[in-house]
Amino acid sequence: MPGPILEARGLHKHFGHLHVLKGVDLLVQERELVFVIGPSGSGKSTLLRCLNRLEEPSAGSITVDGIDLLDRRTDINKARQRIGMVFQSFNLYPHMTALGNVALALRKVQGRGRAEAEARAREALDRVHLADRAGHYPGQLSGGQQQRVAIARAIALEPRVMLFDEPTSALDPELVGGVLAAMRELRESGMTMVVVSHEMGFARAAADRVIFMDGGRIVEQGPPAAIFGAPQEERTRAFIGQIERNHA
Amino acid sequence: MSNWDRFLDSFFNARVAAEYLPKVIEGFWLTILLAGCIILTGLAAGLALAVLRSLGIRPLNWLIIFVVDLFRALPPLVVIVLLYFGLPAAGLSMSGFAAAWLSLSLVLMAFAEEIVWAGITAVPRGQWEAARSTGLGFAQTLGWVVLPQALRMVVPPLTNRTIAITKGTALASVVAVQEILGAAQAGVSFSFNPTPLTLGALAYLVLFLPVVILGRWVEARFAWKR
Repeated sequence: MPGPILEARGLHKHFGHLHVLKGVDLLVQERELVFVIGPSGSGKSTLLRCLNRLEEPSAGSITVDGIDLLDRRTDINKARQRIGMVFQSFNLYPHMTALGNVALALRKVQGRGRAEAEARAREALDRVHLADRAGHYPGQLSGGQQQRVAIARAIALEPRVMLFDEPTSALDPELVGGVLAAMRELRESGMTMVVVSHEMGFARAAADRVIFMDGGRIVEQGPPAAIFGAPQEERTRAFIGQIERNHA
Repeated sequence: MSNWDRFLDSFFNARVAAEYLPKVIEGFWLTILLAGCIILTGLAAGLALAVLRSLGIRPLNWLIIFVVDLFRALPPLVVIVLLYFGLPAAGLSMSGFAAAWLSLSLVLMAFAEEIVWAGITAVPRGQWEAARSTGLGFAQTLGWVVLPQALRMVVPPLTNRTIAITKGTALASVVAVQEILGAAQAGVSFSFNPTPLTLGALAYLVLFLPVVILGRWVEARFAWKR
């Protein structure tokens, strides 16, 4: 059994008077797919954004791939290449083609030459089945295609962990499938993933562990069958019942 | 002499036009030089201030905002006159050309800073986050992701403002610069006939119509496919 690749301990986050994370511990094993669910305002997105220091935790420790993320001496830009992130709103650069989006960090962060960066970018686009859209601008792609380009942009840097922040919430229902398929293939290639999402079907099929958060704390966690089938906590039961009614 | 003839003689007098055309053409080139200098330094300084402001250093930002508001509030002519007639009292004197260049550059800098800054703040936060999450640093994110989008957004207001301020080169005639208006006015004084002003107006059209058209082209060229 390989050791944890991501280890967060005692995470707290305050926004002014708001106490959003109240002591969260999260251990993720290599090749594990962890799903984080919970009502809006439960702190799940904040937790995810702390894991690559887009948010600065108020207290706690985070280690990714052996790197202490909160150490002042850590080169955060170097560390972030090991932590890919996919956002709800894609956040592709609108002034660059799909290829340019994927190649930018390969060139500017990893210092690769244009030819090598573009070759790697094409490979990454191919992994999300968008090699034929390399020359398209984000505005010329559907939401689902944009999100897959965003996935390619992250995996091109060969991260050790991928963070997904509600990757399908902004998509029309018929476009969700393509993104989930790309995520499933990524999982099958052995990528470690932390996913904030309410795609219960995907969680059931692909997740190793589901974490239910509420009020800035982890309320309950376990295999998907246990969390969805037989939740122990009243709040978990209420939340899952709510979601299932919405999807019925 | 009918009224019509008097009108033609005043504004379209061929003899006067021929006599003062060379002076107006000299003024034309001087205006181009002055305008070019103002655009170069004004836009560069405005861009530099906007970039400095994005660093988010509080005291520095207060200073930038103070300077910018000062030069947005002062009429350009007041700045020119202050520099040209005021500075010598402090032991510094500069030519009319330098005073006009510096003044209008400061005014253009102030407006350009505000416009570019507005563009920078209009780029969604998600763009910063996406770029930073791939390991790009602050300066790289600003340079490769944010500024290209911000500048595209502000091309129309920036072109407008640049044209408006560049036309202010006519104010340099007040401090004895023989640019288009200065040369035309001198012509009027010597010939007792306003025809040189007609030439001046034509010269401004010849100069600025292409600039306006270029502005349109730049707007179209830098709009990206959505």
